[in-house]
Amino acid sequence: MAAPATSAPAPPGHRRSVTGTRRTVAVLFLLPALVLLGALVVYPIGYSLIRSFYNANGDGFAGFDNYKAIFTDDGIRTALKNNVIWVVFAPTVSTALGLIFAVLTERVRWGTAFKLVVFMPMAISMLAAGIIFRLVYDQDPDKGVANAVWVGIHDTFAQSSAFPNAHPGRESPLKPDQGGFITSTTVHTGQTVTLPLVGVAPDQMPGGAKRAVAAKPDPGKITGTTWQDFTRGKGVGTLGAPDPSELGYDGMRVEAVRNGKVVASAKAAANGTFTLPASADGARLRLPASNFKQPYNGVDWLGPSLVTPAVIGSYVWMWAGFAMVLIAAGLAGVPRELLEAARVDGATEWQVFRKVTVPLLAPVLAVVTVTLMINVLKVFDLVYIIAPGSSQDDANVLALELYRKGFSEGQPGIASAIAVFLLLLVIPVMWFNVRRLRREERR
Amino acid sequence: MSWVLEKINGGLVRVFLIVVALFWLVPTIGLLASSLRSPEDMSASGWWHVFAKPSQLTFDSYQKLLENSDITNSLWNTVLITVPATVLVVVIGALAGYAFAWLEFPGRDWWFLTVVSLLVVPVQVALIPIAELFGRIGLFGTIFGVVLFHVGFGLPFAVFLLRNFFAEIPRELLEAARLDGAGELRVFTRVVMPLGGPAIASLGIFQFLWVWNDMLVALVFTKSGTQPITVALQTQVRQFGNNVDVLAPGAFISMVIPLAVFFAFQRQFVSGVMAGAVK
Repeated sequence: MAAPATSAPAPPGHRRSVTGTRRTVAVLFLLPALVLLGALVVYPIGYSLIRSFYNANGDGFAGFDNYKAIFTDDGIRTALKNNVIWVVFAPTVSTALGLIFAVLTERVRWGTAFKLVVFMPMAISMLAAGIIFRLVYDQDPDKGVANAVWVGIHDTFAQSSAFPNAHPGRESPLKPDQGGFITSTTVHTGQTVTLPLVGVAPDQMPGGAKRAVAAKPDPGKITGTTWQDFTRGKGVGTLGAPDPSELGYDGMRVEAVRNGKVVASAKAAANGTFTLPASADGARLRLPASNFKQPYNGVDWLGPSLVTPAVIGSYVWMWAGFAMVLIAAGLAGVPRELLEAARVDGATEWQVFRKVTVPLLAPVLAVVTVTLMINVLKVFDLVYIIAPGSSQDDANVLALELYRKGFSEGQPGIASAIAVFLLLLVIPVMWFNVRRLRREERR
Repeated sequence: MSWVLEKINGGLVRVFLIVVALFWLVPTIGLLASSLRSPEDMSASGWWHVFAKPSQLTFDSYQKLLENSDITNSLWNTVLITVPATVLVVVIGALAGYAFAWLEFPGRDWWFLTVVSLLVVPVQVALIPIAELFGRIGLFGTIFGVVLFHVGFGLPFAVFLLRNFFAEIPRELLEAARLDGAGELRVFTRVVMPLGGPAIASLGIFQFLWVWNDMLVALVFTKSGTQPITVALQTQVRQFGNNVDVLAPGAFISMVIPLAVFFAFQRQFVSGVMAGAVK
């Protein structure tokens, strides 16, 4: 900090003579700033404090009722709970990522370009970031990139089913069983079985499905057909028998179940026919539930349970760059010899990071985390924009609740109490700033 | 052996950083791609299909948006709010910063600490009181009112940053000017302001982006006709789903100026952010 401004006053007399009018001049220089600060920052603090003790109309003293509402009103309590989640996770995750990025970018030649990419969201508005993430989190996997990736990964590992919504039609030999369907009678070798269902939308039928045909009997085996016993515009035709216009259930899994155990299974061919070995004799046939699962539709990111983590994700996207840049500046000040010495002593990279880098950066990490905590207390735009109307109550935070109470619900008393509450939360930091400055001044 | 491990490690670090960079880039690319497709294409498939079919690219949405007078007016309002709010904060902040650094008056340190303590006051505290005050004196809904509000809340940081920077100016330079008979105003305009260039640039860029990107303050203090672009787009978000052709290009247009400022003045922006770590 600057020595000249705070060093002992120059010898009296000499300077005064040069600047005799300094005091009035000082007032003129300061006046615009002090008037604006007084009217726009200090006065509102006093006003909010007083207003928070009055009722909604402002004509009756309400004591601590408005403050009680913060802890009793369900909506505000949700906001309070979410604010705690925000303050705990958003700053720590952003700082941790910032630290990791700052340390790792030192090892690649394109570190500067990387930093630019991660820091860039700092320059755009929370509104634009909100719109960006509204698109990212779109529920439809054909539109939202988050679900597109998620469903892609999911479907790589889990077989998706082909026949959602299929169900037995009139006079069907099948009845529901454990999410699938099972024949009511047992089957025997040499018999042909029909397993008709209805209800699969034409565009959801497997692309390879062919005209269903009746299975030929085979003396040593059980044969059958499973098909869509319905054609749009033509109805069921011959009920319970494949008509020329009906399609086979290509790929439908058929199980033979005896005493609750699967004794044989087969997959239907493109024309819906299947063949089961003699071991299935005397069993009942089941089309298991795996055939009828709904297609996986991804995660409901903006639904009530995930909306807060999802919005915090967008915040981290915006602010991890801030943490990274400050930490990288701190890292530049860490003496390389210390790290080298530790490496020469045989420390692994992880040990150097844990035992040398992080402790040396502790002050920077603390400043970054505290700064982000204050910032998080005020978060408004991201929640307001990203959380859809249906889950905005679940994503609520204090700053948003203040806006709602003050400007759409006609509760300025409660809104003022929330404002004072927010102010109380930042007072420790206010005090910390002032103390730090005074310490620096004394040096 | 160890160099093999080192190679693998280096490779892993690179792969990790590339994946992270993709995570940071894809959302913005998604917005840009969405803004360059027709609403029909958007409702038919995801924006990434545009890479398979570049023929889908079209500026129609932008053209329609720029013919929409609500949007163009609100863009103009953003400029009308941001430019004065930035200039006023720099000028008023510099005057006060100079007084705190170089003029003597009773209680100087005490006043300065008071200003510093105001750094962390959340804007939310002032929304209701100032809305009421502006209502009484006829400033509610005016651009001037929003500008004033931004100046008020920009000042603590401005004074803090500039006072600290001005205090580093060598005393001899100021004394020399004073001995030559220059008044304080002259010293301020001819010596302090030019020497304070870097800090003023940082502050100006910081404040510019802050005000340009603001939504909350404008949401409270403007009415239709004085709304900036953020508020105009915000009303569209309420019906999210069938208006991506307005939201995506609108958001992108609102980002163009901040991004240009960011890329042109990275150094100043970063140093402003660092100085503002207390805000």
